[in-house]
Amino acid sequence: MMGRDAGRLSLILLFMPFALWIGLLIVLPQLGIGYVSLREKVGINQYEFGFKNYADFISEPIYRNTLLRTAWMSILVTALALIAGFPVAYYIAKIAKTRSRAALFLMCLIPLWVSDLVRAYGWIVLLRETGVISTALVSIGLISQPIEMLYTDMTVIIGLVYTVILFMIVPLVSTLQGMDDALLEAGYNLGGSRFTVFRRIIVPYAMPGIVAGSIITFMLTAGSYLTPVLLGGKNSSWFTEQIYNQFITRYNWEAGATFGVLLLLFTSLVVWLGLLLTGQSLATTVAKD
Amino acid sequence: MYDLSCSGLTKRFGPFTAVSDVSLDIPSGSFFSILGPSGCGKTTLMRMIAGFESPSEGDIKIKGESVVATPPNKRNVKMVFQHLALFPMMSVGENIAYGLRCRGEKRGAIGAKVAGILDRVGLPGTEDKRIDQLSGGQKQRIAIARCMVLEPDVLLLDEPLGALDLKLREHMKIELKLLQNQFETTFLYITHDQSEALVMSDQVAVMNAGRFEQIGSPKELYDAPVSGFVAGFVGDSNCLTGTIATVDGADARVRLDDGGELIGRVADRSGPGDAVEVFLRPEALSLGAGGATTLPGTVDSLLFNGANSRVLVKLATGQMLEVADPAQSGGGAVGDTVTVSFQPERARVFARRGA
Amino acid sequence: MPSSPHFKWIYRAYVVVFFVFLISPLVAAGAFAFNDSLFPSLPWRGFTLDWFFGPAEPKLGLIHDDRLLRGMGNSLYIGLVVSALAVAAGTTNAFLFERKSFPLKGVLYILMIVPLVIPGVILGIAILLFASMVANFADRQLGLFITWLRPGIPLIVLGQVSFLTTITTLVIAARLKKFDIALEEAALNLGASRLRVLLTVTLPYLFPALFSAFIVAFLVSFENFNTTMILVGSDAPLTVTMYDRMVKVGSTPVLNAVSVVLMLGSGLLALASVLIQRPSKTA
Repeated sequence: MMGRDAGRLSLILLFMPFALWIGLLIVLPQLGIGYVSLREKVGINQYEFGFKNYADFISEPIYRNTLLRTAWMSILVTALALIAGFPVAYYIAKIAKTRSRAALFLMCLIPLWVSDLVRAYGWIVLLRETGVISTALVSIGLISQPIEMLYTDMTVIIGLVYTVILFMIVPLVSTLQGMDDALLEAGYNLGGSRFTVFRRIIVPYAMPGIVAGSIITFMLTAGSYLTPVLLGGKNSSWFTEQIYNQFITRYNWEAGATFGVLLLLFTSLVVWLGLLLTGQSLATTVAKD
Repeated sequence: MYDLSCSGLTKRFGPFTAVSDVSLDIPSGSFFSILGPSGCGKTTLMRMIAGFESPSEGDIKIKGESVVATPPNKRNVKMVFQHLALFPMMSVGENIAYGLRCRGEKRGAIGAKVAGILDRVGLPGTEDKRIDQLSGGQKQRIAIARCMVLEPDVLLLDEPLGALDLKLREHMKIELKLLQNQFETTFLYITHDQSEALVMSDQVAVMNAGRFEQIGSPKELYDAPVSGFVAGFVGDSNCLTGTIATVDGADARVRLDDGGELIGRVADRSGPGDAVEVFLRPEALSLGAGGATTLPGTVDSLLFNGANSRVLVKLATGQMLEVADPAQSGGGAVGDTVTVSFQPERARVFARRGA
Repeated sequence: MPSSPHFKWIYRAYVVVFFVFLISPLVAAGAFAFNDSLFPSLPWRGFTLDWFFGPAEPKLGLIHDDRLLRGMGNSLYIGLVVSALAVAAGTTNAFLFERKSFPLKGVLYILMIVPLVIPGVILGIAILLFASMVANFADRQLGLFITWLRPGIPLIVLGQVSFLTTITTLVIAARLKKFDIALEEAALNLGASRLRVLLTVTLPYLFPALFSAFIVAFLVSFENFNTTMILVGSDAPLTVTMYDRMVKVGSTPVLNAVSVVLMLGSGLLALASVLIQRPSKTA
């Protein structure tokens, strides 16, 4: 259809921006952190190369525990988001009538359009000692003293679930919408109970959506900063906070880069294991929406 | 002079040959069809003529001029696409004016031409309608108008009726033929539907596996197919397999694989001992004695379809034959013993395909 | 589907509770912008617009708060530049992956998606380190001072473009995938040049996706904190300004007022992108 030269020229022209973007903004900078994480400052503009930064990380229990704590809480948040979000996604995709479906879906997306900062701020206004909930509970006599609901792990988890649950619901809705109702009817028709239909038909069908939602949710949670810091206070021990501290407060870029590499490796490992366990691939899940 | 002629046209995609050594000449003002099953290479052939693919070998001439080196947007061959490819973001008028604008014609002249062509396809005053407001048949006519307004040398049509429902398709067949008469432009029509090709065309080329099997008028293809493929693909046929026992002039005695014998006319170079297929049109068969060959059987079922009614006869040797029954007499009841007979010239014997 | 009324009722109640959960912090953040009090908390002391328009301390309204306004201006500027770059790169990427075949396409496609799953902090520090390395190299070896490679708006732009391009690519590619290539062939067949086909057929078809991609990119850029925080220089965008105010100064309802403006603004933009994606039903 096109001359071979014209085809090659347009390929090169289209490839250039891609190569510049992915090369200069993603690949080289990522290699850059790997490089910096391997060097140690021994004097002004004098560096030695080795794994000392990593050794420091391993020998310091605070760092180690923060990473583990971040990972566990992220997995917990992902699981909670899935459990809390699935019924809602199912309701939007399958039960709501066509007209209210679009409205409900848009309502789900509203927090997506609002900054993390505003959302976390909203929670602060609600949950702090002088906040709405505490004051309201005192005034109706349920509690006698105002209570501080911020700065607990529970609050951080609720706040994180709130922040990321949309990214769970959206892929779930789009997967579930593709499911033919006849599948469910056939399931019941063949004698399945509600539970077997859910377990044998709905869940396997929604698997790509579940995996996509879980990956995005997990990565967003593990990489989040505002919610744990604002709702958990300065001692929330979130790993990204350590990275910011190394970079911004301590100006120790080598240690910060090491932490960055570790966070990336650790989260990639979890995502990779998740993909392996569910037999899905990154391109077919995350790129779908 | 021919409006369109191709000679020795070949297209290879890697090791696969989609079109192999195809030659055709289409006289000015005729309705020419290429008929073949899907995957036979007819779409590739059309895309080469339109300029979307370049041939591996051979030449394409439009009005006597070779166009192989001409890019698709400079060829005066217009095309009606399979799904019409009307521009959804433009109105009917803008769709039709598109080609005129590309040519750089004056605004006033464009308006008049658009109105004129809409008149000719029977949709006057629809310039401002959106494409999704049109019915299937109207879209069809707009797609044709969009091409015809440019006064092409040849109009290519790539199975444009495929997406329509049956009733509308029957109607559009006649309408297309009338439009072609009215515009007096050469139409090259591609289809896998033999009835479309037979009804509309002056000439039909039957294509199979990248090659032309036969070019001829619809009647020639139906009455005198030159190969087993054409006999099987054009019109309905019963097909029986067997081996030639003896040849007597043009007629051969064929021993059928499932038992029994018949006398048929050899239509190619098959000789004694060759494996063959025998094609019998349902209307060539009759119930009762009277033909040179008679085959005993029982009525298996009656297939009522108005003037196209058939009787399905199960021969004593087990094969099924469809026999035309235009009078809808039914030929008796299911289970009756009958005799199927026919004259040798109505049984066409071809070498077995793939043998 | 067989289900008892009981179950249905509980299910519906759950969905309602969920939406209340979803909305409540936003309502809380918004409502206190109108409370005539120095603190964003109960009791309700009456309705006021001072937190938007108040001319002086202690109730300095948003439109007189220079630092917030400057932050907003910076965010707007960054957002527009970032969205334009990300949409441009996203468009070429979409054509590259939808229309072209080339070696290692599968691997490069995965690489294209990867920025979406790299935590924003890491994208930020990676760009910061890489830019500093380049700047240091230029300084030491060539004697060039490249100021825009130091923390500041240009680096924020690069940092945000790095992951937004993935989003814009996916949005635009999704629409390009649905494009019937026969439309381009039809236009060529009718005599249009390649450029004309692109301008009159392909781009008009892609326009809704380009528009949505631009809006999504703009909103995400405007709200971004994680990547921006690392790369920020002296010109802080709005999120960083707000954050500083929240943790350092202690919050006054002016932050609620900013939240209201942000919610309204992004709500309108989101609505616009939804409307333009929908085919118009009027003749």
